[in-house]
Amino acid sequence: MTGEKQKEKDIGKRDFIDFNAALWKYNGEKGAMIPLLQLAQDTYGYIPEFAIDSISEIVGIPSAEIYGVITFYSQFRLKPFGKYLIRICEGTACHVNGAKSILRAIEDELGITIDETTDDGMFTFLSVACLGCCSLSPVMMINEDTYGRLTPAKARDIIRNYKKNIKEVTA
Amino acid sequence: MKKIKVGLGTCGISAGGMKVYEELEKEIGEKNLKVDLCETGCMGMCYKEVLVEVIDEDGTSSLYGEVTSDKIKGIINNHIMKNQPVEEWIVKNEKPKEDDTFFAKQKRIVLRNCGVINPSSIDEYINAGGYKALELVLKESDPVKLINTIKESGLRGRGGGGFLTGMKWQFAHGAKSDKKYVICNADEGDPGAFMDRSVLESDPHSVLEGMIICGFAIGSDEAYIYVRAEYPRAVYRLKNAIKQSHEKGFLGKNILGSRFSFKIKIKEGAGAFVCGEETALIASIEGKRGTPRIRPPFPANKGLFGKPTNINNVETFANVPWIIMNGAEAFASLGTPNSKGTKVFALAGKIARGGLVEVPMGITINEIVHEIGGGIKGNKKFKAVQMGGPSGGCIPSSMGALEIDYQQINKTGAIMGSGGLVVVDETTCMVDMAKFFLRFTQNESCGKCTFCRIGTKRMLEILERITDGRGEKDDIDLLLDLADTIKNNTLCGLGQTAPNPVLTTIKYFREEYEAHIFNKKCPAHSCSALVNYKIDAEKCIGCTLCVRNCPVNAITGEKKKPHSINQEICIKCGKCFDICKLNAVIKD
Ligand SMILES: Cc1cc2nc3c(=O)[nH]c(=O)nc-3n(C[C@H](O)[C@H](O)[C@H](O)COP(=O)(O)O)c2cc1C
Ligand code: FES
Repeated sequence: MTGEKQKEKDIGKRDFIDFNAALWKYNGEKGAMIPLLQLAQDTYGYIPEFAIDSISEIVGIPSAEIYGVITFYSQFRLKPFGKYLIRICEGTACHVNGAKSILRAIEDELGITIDETTDDGMFTFLSVACLGCCSLSPVMMINEDTYGRLTPAKARDIIRNYKKNIKEVTA
Repeated sequence: MKKIKVGLGTCGISAGGMKVYEELEKEIGEKNLKVDLCETGCMGMCYKEVLVEVIDEDGTSSLYGEVTSDKIKGIINNHIMKNQPVEEWIVKNEKPKEDDTFFAKQKRIVLRNCGVINPSSIDEYINAGGYKALELVLKESDPVKLINTIKESGLRGRGGGGFLTGMKWQFAHGAKSDKKYVICNADEGDPGAFMDRSVLESDPHSVLEGMIICGFAIGSDEAYIYVRAEYPRAVYRLKNAIKQSHEKGFLGKNILGSRFSFKIKIKEGAGAFVCGEETALIASIEGKRGTPRIRPPFPANKGLFGKPTNINNVETFANVPWIIMNGAEAFASLGTPNSKGTKVFALAGKIARGGLVEVPMGITINEIVHEIGGGIKGNKKFKAVQMGGPSGGCIPSSMGALEIDYQQINKTGAIMGSGGLVVVDETTCMVDMAKFFLRFTQNESCGKCTFCRIGTKRMLEILERITDGRGEKDDIDLLLDLADTIKNNTLCGLGQTAPNPVLTTIKYFREEYEAHIFNKKCPAHSCSALVNYKIDAEKCIGCTLCVRNCPVNAITGEKKKPHSINQEICIKCGKCFDICKLNAVIKD
């Protein structure tokens, strides 16, 4: 068994019962597919293959069709995220206030581009549209914390601080 | 007892509102003060967040702006403990202030309770006159009269299309069925807009009340609110509001003792712009891929689960209770002949005062930008406003005297849209702006129509080559041709409006396109491939930061002496420009 599969199984064991219990509650309700997928993602942090199979069994829709729904919506992901989720806003206000240069700075600092996760599994970099605080643009969020009025230098400093903290914790 | 309110909308929280709230709580606790500390929603002045309002015993209000830890102590020690307001930090009270022009021309109907009441408290909503409209409607028990009131008010849908709300209700009312649905569209897809979110976060009950009234009007007993999952706070507050509303008997069986029953469920969207389109939204609630379908049949006849459905936007619903309480004439007295009432805008971009504003229809763009918005940031020149997001367009500053109403805006080639209003200045490249929106729609196209899926892709490629300095002489004509074909051969509003940002920028800023194509220059110095980076020898101190960061070693120079960039080697990545702390790298 590959490491990935093993990991999947381990997480699976932990939450499988909760997830399944919740799954059964939904049985029969109209239009339950998206809430079920959201449930799977809330439980596991992403949608593992076995969850698709379980949902398929319960709602009686083929896995392939469920897969189609998953890939249609940007919210769903088939791979786990890094520990720190960096969401850079590329909404209109942030765009005209220089989001691109912030994006470049972060890409450079982490060595990854949008939609990628660093090899150490620490950072995932995503681009989103409008975080709703345009007056602070350009803006990014790292997990639940918002950072506004960014400059490329400020963004780099913020990322470096996170990196430093990670090093200190592991040391 | 004095009251302290902290603005905890998304903008307030992003600016550090939670911390301010906690610190206030701590100060109050430690000093054992008798103060009523509470939260409220978005006050509109997002540019002055974190906002804290102190209301004295006699009702006098002082609004403190840009509140930080240091200011908290000052406010507590002086204002709360000694009754001495700290005048210099106050942005709004009864005395004339610099920021008064931000409010002077606003008229708050939709935002009547936003930033005023505590969104988690149904009692505060009721005290502010909430659920009175519902009581009145149920007492009169006359759906036809109710629909006529909405028709007479002239209210048009605020989700972008601008269809007359009363008419829509009438169609759904007239549809014969054992089951009907009401849907509130809270998908808010415009990537530079946050009106609906602010209303849901700051005054969820006003939306619920509008929905319940709509349910009574059309004869429905069940509703859905389709909210973007990216709006967790809005979802949280809605859930709470629905629960409270049930407890008070405004939702559930036999509402307020009448024969009318109604329930509201929340559906979280999953991040697809096209799901804001009504038929796609319905497919998404049904659990499918959110792809639009051909209309007719319209949702009013065949909507959710095949049943007659009335779908309105958040802001549309929030207007309804006000219209019932104040009368259709009061609403219709505001605005222009074809656009009544007010419109909420999310004012953002290169504007000095960004925030959430609500203005009467008929106000001019100049009034919004220069008076309410306080003009352009940093003394730059006002160039254009972008309205309507990816479906809208850019209106040049030369048309600033234009009165905002549905017809006038449509004439420009832009659309009213849902309320995103992004102001740009001379440093924004209009070709890049068009490219930005086209990339967005291209990404979000559901793929069903060929012209939308592939046509937008080809347009994007052309825009990319123009901004990369590889534009060809026929490119503008090619863009116009593609735009025309896409507009006429696509099924839903996404495709039909996708070319608008390109069309309006060509219409008003054609010379910018030509400068890119023929002179290989970006007049706004924004497209990096078309600018030359140079070093200002006066400013450069020779710190070598740029030398060390240049990926192609194009920068040379001795330490502590001005550097220079070799244009032959430079790949125009812009890194030196971004990284220089002294602004010594300039764009030419
Ligand atoms: C691509 C596309 C995206 C849309 N996005 C939204 C949206 O985010 N919010 C919204 O209220 N209406 C949106 N609409 C308009 C809806 O289809 C519909 O007209 C609206 O919800 C009706 O409500 P109203 O009459 O109150 O405006 C969108 C339409 C299209 C074509
Ligand atoms: S555009 Fe970035 S927060 Fe709105």
